[in-house]
Amino acid sequence: MYTQGLDQAGKSDAAGAETKQQLEAFQARIDTEEKIEAKDWMPEAYRRTLIRQISQHAHSEIIGMQPEGNWLTRAPTLKRKAILLAKVQDEAGHGLYLYSAAETLGISRDQMVADLLSGKAKYSSIFNYPTLTWADIGAIGWLVDGAAIMNQIPLCRCSYGPYSRAMIRICKEESFHQRQGYEIMLTLARGTDEQKAMAQDALNRFWWPSLMMFGPSDAASKHSAQSMAWKIKRFSNDELRQKFIDVTVPQAEYLGLTVPDDKLRFNEETGHYEHSDIDWQEFFDVISGNGPCNEQRMAKRRKAQDDGAWVREAAKAYAAKKLAEEAA
Amino acid sequence: MSKHEWPLYEVFIRSKSGLSHRHAGSVHAADDEMALTNARDTYTRRKEGVSIWVVRSDQIVASDPAETSAFFEPAEDKIYRHPTFYEIPDEVENL
Repeated sequence: MYTQGLDQAGKSDAAGAETKQQLEAFQARIDTEEKIEAKDWMPEAYRRTLIRQISQHAHSEIIGMQPEGNWLTRAPTLKRKAILLAKVQDEAGHGLYLYSAAETLGISRDQMVADLLSGKAKYSSIFNYPTLTWADIGAIGWLVDGAAIMNQIPLCRCSYGPYSRAMIRICKEESFHQRQGYEIMLTLARGTDEQKAMAQDALNRFWWPSLMMFGPSDAASKHSAQSMAWKIKRFSNDELRQKFIDVTVPQAEYLGLTVPDDKLRFNEETGHYEHSDIDWQEFFDVISGNGPCNEQRMAKRRKAQDDGAWVREAAKAYAAKKLAEEAA
Repeated sequence: MSKHEWPLYEVFIRSKSGLSHRHAGSVHAADDEMALTNARDTYTRRKEGVSIWVVRSDQIVASDPAETSAFFEPAEDKIYRHPTFYEIPDEVENL
């Protein structure tokens, strides 16, 4: 569903072992748009940046199942329920594609899971907000997946082959997510006054957190330059955020809903929407663990991991037993 | 912790008859059978395949990227293996 601009280039402590010649040859490959593949030589900092970004992205997909899973048993119709189930299953799939891509960089799946559960690894701030009404499922599909798509399309051209291929697969599926979300909003917006109010309330709560998904402003995003040079990142956080606002505001207007920003206005000269400042304190609070649902999300994830332990052990024991029988 | 991890399998999918299998990604599974069903659930939720191969990642033998130029060097100077190497007069047709 999404990656956030939290990526930070690793420390260059291993740089001593990397010769100038190696680094220049690597950059030359990047500059000619050659893709880097799993076993190719790469600077340690490139590897670490990718591991951090891809695993964080994978964790976001996995945790992202929770706010939506919350409505699986209460979806208004059987059709909506089947669709939501498919969407949540896609999020799991996206997490798996990404874990698989990250593993090609030499980190184990178990290590990544351990880092998530210990709180060492982060996931997107957006999933620490609660889904209070059915309209939130619409708002998530429309806004959260919409922001994710904006972020992820350039990642399809990322310099690291396995990540780029995973993103291509994910982007194909995200479009379904966004359209189904907008359709939920459209249905509510055309419904009763209460339904319309519910849609407006969901937009009010998810608008700003969705804008925060693009990560800190360019001025505060100190490691972007290296990611840009390595072509892991193609556009800055602010550029993508602006693109998202420009395409989303007219969609809100079509719904007859109001974007919760009294300073929002279209600038004829620039061709872009201007908006109020983002409350970055809220963003950093949520990222550092103090969002409305951080504890709940982590507790649920840890419980799922613990509850599944016997299944993983039993499957392994069964596989070992079968192997022994075949050998005998 | 990774000692407890289920083994990793690489997944190859044939999208339709007539095409070859193509690498899609990887899955963890306790055994071969589970690897197939996990691969199906992960990589073919939208009918992306008609056939799946899974193979234990540690069973794949691969060429070394660091040795790429030396390894493929024998093909480097044999341009006469390509049809465009041969000069044929324009008047000669169907060749």
